[in-house]
Amino acid sequence: MISKEEVKHIAELARLELTEDEIEKMQKDLSAILDYFALLQKAPKPKESIIKGDLSALRKDNIKTRDNDLVKKIIDASPDKKDDYIKVKTILQ
Amino acid sequence: MIDLTELTIKQAHEGLKNGDFTSVDLTKAYLKKIKDTDKELNAFLSVAEESALEDAKKADEKIKSGNFGELCGIPCAIKDAILVEGQKCTGASKILENYVAPYNASVIKKLKDAGAVILGKTNLDEFAMGGSGENSAFGPTKNPHDTTRVAGGSSSGSGTAVAANQACYALGSDTGGSIRMPSSNCGVVGLKPTYGAVSRYGLIPYGSSLDQIGPIAKTVEDIKIIFKAISGKDEMDATSTNYNFEDSQTSLKGLKIGVPKEYFVKGLDPEVEKIIKDAIKKAESAGAEIKEISLPNAEFALACYYIIAPSEASANLARFDGIRYGLSENGKDLLDVYLKSKGHGFGAEVKRRIIIGTYVLSSGYYDAYYKKAQEVRKLIQQDFADAFSKVDLIFAPVSPVPAIKIGEKTDDPLANYLMDIYTISVNLAGLPGLSLPAGKVGKLPVGLQIIGNHFQENKILAIASQLEKLLT
Repeated sequence: MISKEEVKHIAELARLELTEDEIEKMQKDLSAILDYFALLQKAPKPKESIIKGDLSALRKDNIKTRDNDLVKKIIDASPDKKDDYIKVKTILQ
Repeated sequence: MIDLTELTIKQAHEGLKNGDFTSVDLTKAYLKKIKDTDKELNAFLSVAEESALEDAKKADEKIKSGNFGELCGIPCAIKDAILVEGQKCTGASKILENYVAPYNASVIKKLKDAGAVILGKTNLDEFAMGGSGENSAFGPTKNPHDTTRVAGGSSSGSGTAVAANQACYALGSDTGGSIRMPSSNCGVVGLKPTYGAVSRYGLIPYGSSLDQIGPIAKTVEDIKIIFKAISGKDEMDATSTNYNFEDSQTSLKGLKIGVPKEYFVKGLDPEVEKIIKDAIKKAESAGAEIKEISLPNAEFALACYYIIAPSEASANLARFDGIRYGLSENGKDLLDVYLKSKGHGFGAEVKRRIIIGTYVLSSGYYDAYYKKAQEVRKLIQQDFADAFSKVDLIFAPVSPVPAIKIGEKTDDPLANYLMDIYTISVNLAGLPGLSLPAGKVGKLPVGLQIIGNHFQENKILAIASQLEKLLT
């Protein structure tokens, strides 16, 4: 069984607040699911590498200008803003 | 007078062409049907009456000019994980309850260019995570064949809307079976295209290496019309591919159909098994050669999927942070804003998958879970490659059981995940798969899954169209 502390640690990594009830339920669910995942240890090793070397789909990292209207809509969607900027709480004290 | 909402795309198109009715007539008929039936079915999260009628008026102008395609003026419904500019896009999540899409997904742009009428946005499992539709933050969609049962998910509203004549066709998305499952449960046709066949730009991402947008409709012919309209290269999605759909002359006569022995085992409902085997027999009677094949790594697919999909989900859903859009809770510092916004905004299944994904990617566990799952994914892909060197198409069930009762499995996530056993491998291998109505258990429809090799939607559709006549 996964410990309470472990669930809390993972939830914090995921930036997810969980209630005490949720943590308990998650302990049970996560343990059952991880037990099921153990099945994969029986799987054979693949013959080929899992890494593909094809980079042909990549595009150049060029700036593309967008409609001002779209820019405005995207900024408008943010809960807290000032002028053309999205506001975030202070990070550095 | 005929009920306009019962028409297929093809029939409605003929009617529009002959001037039997207008797109406004069609649109009004569907809007009325939605009003009359959706309190009970809960297929729609929002209905865009005004803009739908505007779309219809525009389409009628185009029709008058004489130069119009098969989708022009035909009303459709869109899964609420796909952005339609100016309309809410919630992903059936509280965290996006009031979010309005700032632009159109590429598939929507294509449909609009073709003159489509968009009736509204359909219900789904929150962020497409689920196989029953019950994980929606706005209540489950009911199955129109038995309203005590689920529609199947995650594109639950799209499946029900087409089956209940609330829309002529719908778009869904499929990460592990989310188009095929509701299509099977609701008795309609649904296509999960090859990975890369349809642009994902403007689809709220869940598992980006697995997600694919596709059509749900009443007939195979309609599916082909929609697929041709939405597929192809899009510069906004680097994984999209140039796709030139060509009709296939493939016939059941002489066709080699593979039937995976690993799929007909314990857990498959005997009545579902009988329907699938009867469909296979009918194909055989029509001249197909049936071959038993083996997908030796099939037993690992579910575990593989439930590592890879939640891993990708945990990264994709990091964007819902209370800063850029959606629900934002007050907090004493930035971390507190994150914790509270996500904690209050996401539902139970989404939280579970974020936790699974974060766990298997975390230091110390990465090799045992994520890396192992990627290796197994390769094996599964190889299994299918081997199979398609021997057969043209693979026939399988879509779901091990017909539509379950609402609430039947909500407390047991693993039991719920097992429902996806026949659909997820197709996503892991990036293959196309279609659900075709094959029969009924009582009043509950059961779908046959037809799986093809990469970019062979044309073969699947040619055979499905011949089978459609034999199975009904």
